[in-house]
Amino acid sequence: MENLQLVLPEIFLSLSIMFLLIFGVFKKNSSRLVQSLSLAVLIVTAVITFNETIGINETKLFNNSIIIDYLSSLMKIITLLAAFLVLIISSNYLKTFKIFKIEYPILILSSVLGMMVMINSNDLIVFYMGLELQSLALYVLATFNRDQIKSSEAGLKYFVLSALSSGLLLYGCSLIYGFTGSTNFDVIASQLNSDVYALTFGIVFVLVGLAFKISAVPFHMWAPDVYEGSPTSVTLFFTMVPKIAALTVFIRFLYVPFLNLIDQWQTILVFLSIASMLFGAIAAIGQTNLKRLVAYSSIGHVGYALAGVAVGTNDGIQSSIIYITIYVLMNLGLFSCLLMLKRDNQYYEKIDDLSGLSKNHPMLAISLLIIVFSLAGIPPLAGFFAKFYVFKAVIEQSMYFLAIVGLLSTVVAAFYYLRLIKIMYFDKEKEKYDTDHGFWLKFSLTTSTLLILIYFIFPGQLIEVVSRINII
Amino acid sequence: MNFPILSSLILLPSIGALFLFFTRGNKKNNFTIKYVALFTSAVNFFLSIYLWTSFDSSTSDFQFVEERIWIKDFINYKVGVDGISILFILLTTFITPLCIISVNNSIKERLSEFLIAVLIMESFMIGVFCSLDLVIFYLFFEAGLIPMFLIIGIWGGARRVYSAFKFFLYTLLGSVLMLVAIITIYWLNGTTDVVELYNSGIDIKYQNLLWLAFFSSFAVKTPMWPVHTWLPDAHVEAPTAGSVLLAAILLKMAGYGFIRFSLGLFPAASEIFTPLIYTLSVIAIIFTSFIALMQEDMKKLIAYSSVAHMGYVTLGIFTIQQQGIEGSIIQMISHGLVSAALFLCVGVVYDRMHSRLINTYGGIVSIIPKYSILFMLFTLAALGLPGTSGFVGEFLILMGAFKDNFLVAVIASLGVIIGAAYMLWLYKRVVFGKLVNTDLKQMFDLNRSELFILSCLAVPTLFFGFYPDPLINTIEVSISDLIDQYNFKLASQI
Repeated sequence: MENLQLVLPEIFLSLSIMFLLIFGVFKKNSSRLVQSLSLAVLIVTAVITFNETIGINETKLFNNSIIIDYLSSLMKIITLLAAFLVLIISSNYLKTFKIFKIEYPILILSSVLGMMVMINSNDLIVFYMGLELQSLALYVLATFNRDQIKSSEAGLKYFVLSALSSGLLLYGCSLIYGFTGSTNFDVIASQLNSDVYALTFGIVFVLVGLAFKISAVPFHMWAPDVYEGSPTSVTLFFTMVPKIAALTVFIRFLYVPFLNLIDQWQTILVFLSIASMLFGAIAAIGQTNLKRLVAYSSIGHVGYALAGVAVGTNDGIQSSIIYITIYVLMNLGLFSCLLMLKRDNQYYEKIDDLSGLSKNHPMLAISLLIIVFSLAGIPPLAGFFAKFYVFKAVIEQSMYFLAIVGLLSTVVAAFYYLRLIKIMYFDKEKEKYDTDHGFWLKFSLTTSTLLILIYFIFPGQLIEVVSRINII
Repeated sequence: MNFPILSSLILLPSIGALFLFFTRGNKKNNFTIKYVALFTSAVNFFLSIYLWTSFDSSTSDFQFVEERIWIKDFINYKVGVDGISILFILLTTFITPLCIISVNNSIKERLSEFLIAVLIMESFMIGVFCSLDLVIFYLFFEAGLIPMFLIIGIWGGARRVYSAFKFFLYTLLGSVLMLVAIITIYWLNGTTDVVELYNSGIDIKYQNLLWLAFFSSFAVKTPMWPVHTWLPDAHVEAPTAGSVLLAAILLKMAGYGFIRFSLGLFPAASEIFTPLIYTLSVIAIIFTSFIALMQEDMKKLIAYSSVAHMGYVTLGIFTIQQQGIEGSIIQMISHGLVSAALFLCVGVVYDRMHSRLINTYGGIVSIIPKYSILFMLFTLAALGLPGTSGFVGEFLILMGAFKDNFLVAVIASLGVIIGAAYMLWLYKRVVFGKLVNTDLKQMFDLNRSELFILSCLAVPTLFFGFYPDPLINTIEVSISDLIDQYNFKLASQI
């Protein structure tokens, strides 16, 4: 009998989803209740994950197809917390568009469940199952504002392109299966034969699929359109949560079965990383829509996170996880600001709408200033440390080219971040925005800003948390 | 010595800024806000005076050292001062209150935000001068970009956006390579502690590249020719107090960095690249002096003269002679005082006439005599007249240069003549001559606060001109030890 306690979080989450779905359908006007219950479910799941799995040694379940270790527990908790925050700050936005329905929290929960399965996976099939579960929920979420043509377009685009990438990924999986005889990561690792070039093809196809999910250049094309078209609260979800899961799978897939083929995939990852950093920085310069800008900036940030993965050491993996955590924090703050740009029941998302924000809303402007400088990676804010750890790991392996290109692209990226500051602080003010934002929106903005600001006082805590991750 | 005096120096302005942040600025309490800021920076100044008096100048060891674990097994928060850094801390704490006093004439809106930016800037600058860990140094060095960007961008002149961006991106581009170098040093030596690195030395194979990476950052910040072009723009567009901070203190970070890191950590590379520095310095001295001669904007002229003066500084540092480095430090201190004063002088007439063009003025000596006298004093100090602090610095630098390289010294000496030409010509065109522009008659002479600020700057300029001993005594031992270390490492090839 397997030790089911270790998968209790997933079991609890899936039962809750089913319950909430039935409950929501049969009880009329229950969207508020379902929302609160979903929040509770996320918290409870996080607590269970923390209690049951965080301290235990690496354990494999169900014929070694699921792995529970520190990495998976940590990433699950980050995912759950991020999803919680997304859910809690999106209600005002949804109400404005009259799409505050029971499906929204349930879809978010299902995609979180998919991510948790992905994070746990030690087998190509399990991994693919989780991936599809989260993707299907995400397609629907993208079209959630179905009366708006842009939202439907975003969902459709996302669906078609994502299906294509899933196909590539499956093709890669079948190649790997064909040449190693198993879908299990451990068996693949033991059957590895570096002379078989088809296996390399398999890795490449799987990497393409993963790069698509994480929106790394050159598989990023969908991101700006989907981010722009989706409802802002869903965009927030897109920019943060799936990336945590996809990064974990990146790490697991490359470091467990294919560590010995590091020479083969390292070049690919370095290319993905450099291309994302450079392209994200350059393409963001011309944007006029804030959500598109965020899309390109997130492409750039993914590049930095991948740089950590490309290194091939525990330090690199740890730095990459620190990066994604701090990035999630910064994005949360950024989107809290975006969700505050509201006037007469309308949300503003052009860059020019920030104009003169510092005069009308000084506190909002200073928060956004701190967040944007942090995204640009200027010390002493948290974003600098995120980059610092990544480049420390990169330079320790003498990958100077990657480090220098990465740092130079921060200079390019600084330009468009500075433009945001310029518009907020140097330009003429416009009309005022509403100030009656809900408690949670203010809460998430203040918390994330303060954390970013005072991170430099206790930079050791986060390192200590991730330092227990030992994959290699 | 248990009281963490250096950390207090770093933190105090930030605490003041935090206080200002919570007292919202409006027209009524502008007065209070200013006095809070002034009080904070004045306390900081007296604290640093106390630091100077209890400083032991007979040793080159770092004093008032504080060390705390910051990131376990990686970076320690470590600060301390020696003879080289203490004067820069004094300069910073001395200039900042004067900047704060000067704002009531030039900053009309968002006063509390401006003072917050200035105070935070002060924290960062003190941090730069006393940090004894490369990462901490980089942190402070870069963090200063944020407040300065805002100071130029929010309170600047017509082309402020362009200048602010140029300032930010130039400096950032220079510094990222330094970050690579710092991480590489950590990778090579397993520490970023400056004292330990001084003792252990850095592998000679890597020194050249590391030196160049640090150089790229410091050269932009100094600024050295040909990456000096951000400086005139930034100066011209920045508000007076911003220009003062920029000229008096920000530029000194790089000079300090050259002495502390380039000479201290990479002696072999410094020896190799000395000709490069000499060439760039001499070009800076001659070329930018000629450019300064042709300027029509007073602020731009002084900005170019700053580039030329910093050319002397870099020249002096890389002579690796006792006099040369001493001269460089004194020149930096003197330039801090004099250029601050000159920018304030420009600010005074700009506040009255709203023009920085030289040909707006002329013949104002009879209208505002007090101003003219003080302006003359600083003009003469800028061109290095004996009896002013400018002379001491320039003289020592040239002395050091003659010992090391005759040709360079001769060319650099020619720069002194051009320097005299542009400064005197500026003074002549602004103050003397016929009074053509009749609007000038409505100008009033220096008010109390302006008089106070300029006199505060005039006193040390003259005092150290006649009696530079207090400065030289403070730095002497540290520099001679630095040079001994340098030669020792060079001889033993580490």
